[in-house]
Amino acid sequence: MTATAADVGHGYTTTGLPHRKIAIWAFIGSECMLFASLISTYLIYKGRSINGPFPHEAWTDPQTHHVYKAILNIPVTSCSTFVLLMSSLAMVLALAAVENRDIPKHTLGDRILGSSKLWLFMTALLGATFLSFQAYEFTSFVHEGLTIRTNLFGSTFFTLTGFHGAHVTAGVLWLLTMLGIDFKRGLGPNDALNVDIMALYWHFVDVVWIAIFTLIYLIK
Amino acid sequence: MSDTHAGHAESHEAHPTWSTYWKVALILTVITVIEVWCYYLPSFVATPYFVPTLLILSALKFVIVVMFYMHLKYDARLYRALFTGPFLVAMATIIVLMFLFGKFAIHLSLLT
Repeated sequence: MTATAADVGHGYTTTGLPHRKIAIWAFIGSECMLFASLISTYLIYKGRSINGPFPHEAWTDPQTHHVYKAILNIPVTSCSTFVLLMSSLAMVLALAAVENRDIPKHTLGDRILGSSKLWLFMTALLGATFLSFQAYEFTSFVHEGLTIRTNLFGSTFFTLTGFHGAHVTAGVLWLLTMLGIDFKRGLGPNDALNVDIMALYWHFVDVVWIAIFTLIYLIK
Repeated sequence: MSDTHAGHAESHEAHPTWSTYWKVALILTVITVIEVWCYYLPSFVATPYFVPTLLILSALKFVIVVMFYMHLKYDARLYRALFTGPFLVAMATIIVLMFLFGKFAIHLSLLT
């Protein structure tokens, strides 16, 4: 049987799938293209900067004889990567809590795992922590002499990580909005699709960072 | 209408349990630790295996998150197509641009 207009009106396409979820996957597909263009630009210009500071090697300015150390701080970025990975865990736990809201919770562990407010808050907090790490990194880079106009590395690095940071910021705002709704009227199984769509966006931001961390920070 | 909703219900299996999510997080953490550990091994960094190892570990993390956290392993095939299609185009674009700008070089002398 084909879907009726009423079905489509209630949020289901003729495929039997919710159109908003199809839309977010199509959006994520387009975002793949965006980040592929930014990553490829970074990789094309990698190693072609004439002046430092450089990501992995020290550099001495021939005019001022000032020595610039390798700019990337791997320990700090490893911590921020761990934080973002854990935010994805908090996100799936928030979605599971919303989906299973109607299931009775008997133990304290069940109540903790079943608290969508807790996990949404944790996801937003971890996302904000990641942004704090990025703000620290950007600030320290500028203090060490690397800005978006210094060299090709600075231009491509700040553009790529800045775009990613903007996506994380949008995700944190989305999470806080959802948390506000949860506090106001509570999120239940009827809201699972909305939380699922937000979770897909959040995990996509996470997988983009997985690629960035390896390609920019770890590969010398 | 009910058929449509039934179709929706059949379009995906049940999502993983909480314990699966915790195990996935542990695996992702271990892979990240291995990646950073590789970075701090100068003898390994100097070998030709360093970059492929990091790329494989990164791809593994990527696939795990997409399959388990984004539920692509459990959801409808249409979502998989909507993601993998553009993703493959994006990967192809990166690889072609790398060749175009001389980041990858095919050593023809080795073939003759």
